[in-house]
Amino acid sequence: MPEPTRPLVSGATLGAGRHGASQNNLADTVFGVLVWGSALAVTAGFLWLVGEIVVSGFGAISWEFLTSEPASSGRAGGISTILVATLGILGICLAVSIPLGLGTALFLSEFSQGENRMGRFVRASLDVLAGVPSIVFGLFGNAFFCVALGFGFSILSGGLTLACMVLPILIRSIELGLRAVPNDYRVAAAALDLSKSRMIVRVLLPAAAPGLIAGLLLGIGRATAETAALIFTSGYVDRMPESVFDSGRALSIHIYDLAMNVPGGEANAYGTALVLVGLLLVINFVATHLVERFVSGRIQSA
Amino acid sequence: MKHSLSSLLLAAVLPVALVACAPSEAGTTTDGGLSGKLTLTGSSTIAPLALEIAKRFEERHPDVRIDVQTGGSSRGISDARSGLADIGMASRRLKDGEIELTAHAIAQDGVCMILHASNVVASLTDDQVRAIYLGEIENWSEVGGEDAPITVVNKAAGRATLEVFTKHFGLDEKEIQADVIVGDNEQGIKTVAGNPDSIGYVSIGTAEYSAGSDVAIKLLPANGITASTASVGSGSFPIGRPLNLVTFGEVSKLQRAYIDFCRSAEVHDLVTGLYFVPVRTAQ
Amino acid sequence: MKVKSTDRILVWSLRAASATAGSLVLLILCFLVLESVEGITRVGAGRFLNDPGWHPSQGAESEFSLVPMIAATIASTIGAILLAGPVGVLAAVFCRFYAPPKLARAFRSIVELLAGIPSVVYGFWGLVTLVPLVRELAPPGASLLAGILVLAMMIVPTVALLAFAALKNVPPGHLEGATALGLSRWTTIVKVVFPSAASGLGVAIVLGTMRAIGETMAVLMVCGNITKVPSSLFDPVRTLTANIALELGYATQEHRAVLFVSGLALMIMIVLLVFVQERLQRRARLA
Repeated sequence: MPEPTRPLVSGATLGAGRHGASQNNLADTVFGVLVWGSALAVTAGFLWLVGEIVVSGFGAISWEFLTSEPASSGRAGGISTILVATLGILGICLAVSIPLGLGTALFLSEFSQGENRMGRFVRASLDVLAGVPSIVFGLFGNAFFCVALGFGFSILSGGLTLACMVLPILIRSIELGLRAVPNDYRVAAAALDLSKSRMIVRVLLPAAAPGLIAGLLLGIGRATAETAALIFTSGYVDRMPESVFDSGRALSIHIYDLAMNVPGGEANAYGTALVLVGLLLVINFVATHLVERFVSGRIQSA
Repeated sequence: MKHSLSSLLLAAVLPVALVACAPSEAGTTTDGGLSGKLTLTGSSTIAPLALEIAKRFEERHPDVRIDVQTGGSSRGISDARSGLADIGMASRRLKDGEIELTAHAIAQDGVCMILHASNVVASLTDDQVRAIYLGEIENWSEVGGEDAPITVVNKAAGRATLEVFTKHFGLDEKEIQADVIVGDNEQGIKTVAGNPDSIGYVSIGTAEYSAGSDVAIKLLPANGITASTASVGSGSFPIGRPLNLVTFGEVSKLQRAYIDFCRSAEVHDLVTGLYFVPVRTAQ
Repeated sequence: MKVKSTDRILVWSLRAASATAGSLVLLILCFLVLESVEGITRVGAGRFLNDPGWHPSQGAESEFSLVPMIAATIASTIGAILLAGPVGVLAAVFCRFYAPPKLARAFRSIVELLAGIPSVVYGFWGLVTLVPLVRELAPPGASLLAGILVLAMMIVPTVALLAFAALKNVPPGHLEGATALGLSRWTTIVKVVFPSAASGLGVAIVLGTMRAIGETMAVLMVCGNITKVPSSLFDPVRTLTANIALELGYATQEHRAVLFVSGLALMIMIVLLVFVQERLQRRARLA
């Protein structure tokens, strides 16, 4: 997990002896240029991409854009139905993944110390799950939720597919948060003769709250960014969904459709992309900082 | 923190509760009116028309909801057969292997070649089109254009437009040397409009509609006959095709009502508005 | 020791939750295999490599060669990692050893923000900016090159963040020793830091590779999607993932089954890479 550190040996002292090794002068300079060049390239790419989206998308965004329904395949009108569908998919995803994720993380951090066989199995399979390409989740969701369970192209199918997808990241960050809670808390609770369940509800979860919220936000971020897993599970009907059994179009799919299939759809594609990127930047920024504050706070108090 | 978490959970549970309160039963009648849900999938040529008609239909029957999704005629036919869709959309005649399905024509359309609006080439013979798609002609200068390599835009497999195109030009799908593969009609138009040296083929209706709303494409004549709704309507344009709604097995009251509505004179303005030719059989 | 009944319920429900989460991978594998069976038995595994082309919906005359898609996936992944690997690692070096603390923080934030941008936005950006640029060089523009550039851009943040974590784990004693020996910055980094962080850097590259293999939307939008083995960087290509995204919508019978076969193939590649990554990670922890 990211955390700010002050290197014990700073960059300046690291290279302090370079004057003593003159044969390395040229190599040192070339390497420095490469390092700075890479950093510049990354920054330039970032500015180009975000600049393009912000500059071209800003004009499209207005209160009306956010609150009116798309018209003429999305060329005109806004994204209200898209936002509702996105929220619906996200809601289903969280309703399923939070209990499952929290339960698994509690199990892994509190009940499977050492080399427990079940713990090892769960961990290994989560590692694989984390690497499964999103389109493969789409294949699975289509075959399992849409066809085998008969949910069809619906917000329900999409949400459940995403729940499978965000589970690893959710579990990993919740577990990290739980492990960061000092052991004293647990010992003290045991000394007070608190039952394990009361200890978890009263002591552990409140103490780990920022970590849990951060994990939740990271999961939400991953789910909101997803496209490929949704095309064949939630479908792309751009009308107001009336129940979770209706198909709904997520923000990311709206961008894809406008960019690829709608002549003259760029303006609204930029607008939608700006909304999506803005949302994600806020979510990820808050999540990262919560984690940083949380982790560094713990380390200081430990 | 606690607050935001509980509201999140609430948002998560809410849709589930909504569903539990609103059971949907297809085809039940209330006060003699229609209610229920129809799902249409298939041809991207028909989808905009089916959607416009669906909106008008829903206005008259407020308890009806009609969802329209694209994916190509093959998908329409397979979804109608499997029951994933109540009605399939296919922008071609049914084939011999599809006789168990019923086709209901709702409009006539054609397929035409399109170029970027700035291309100086004004017409191509069938042989030239064939040679371009076989990779034998690779530069616009060989057919009277500027010196620029041709970007060949082809439709993905399973698309009716591709089948109509290959059939007319006597091409084998496997021999086509394409540079870009597109899915929906709109994607084809968008790709050609975005690349001055490209050539593609799409539904005449969709192309005329786009060209009419300032998209940078132009329609090429076939055998000297202008590609337009008029020439499709008169039957003189050589590459014509029906736009069909496809059903499998017994047709429910709601399906029947929607299909009849699509074929009726009440939607002719919508059909012509999208540059298709209404069916003449209707009253 | 007394065990309270609420605790027993708790432990069992937690165990149930973990069992569910843990068996998801198996469930996914099961469904992929189940849906692939028809493709493997009726088409025959040999045809995925030996058929002349990919024409999956022509009835008896269908051809099911996955070779063009496999080639595209391999080419785009290798290209992307060749670009993003060095740039990502050097960006991490910049952050750790070159930039003043304030600049390093700002730069890290940029990399983190880049990591959070959705792939469909990368794809859209590639479509409106990169594809026309590549078209200027050589038409049609939508090409392997465009795909490599967009992919590289996407995985640089992944590589950089993980590489940074690896560099941070280099024991401070190594650095102090190098400084005491009067080694130049370049020599220290290449001869001391990189070897010491090798496993961690390996993890960064492997995870970047995994992301490149699995990426769908961005390559779908900028690669042109032709099913031919590319002979140059400017040729349009279609990756395994893009092929699924393009055709699952209307695929039936054998065609659908073969798409699941390609999904299974992707899954197997990922499992192998996860295996490599775990070994590297264990080495990194021991080091």
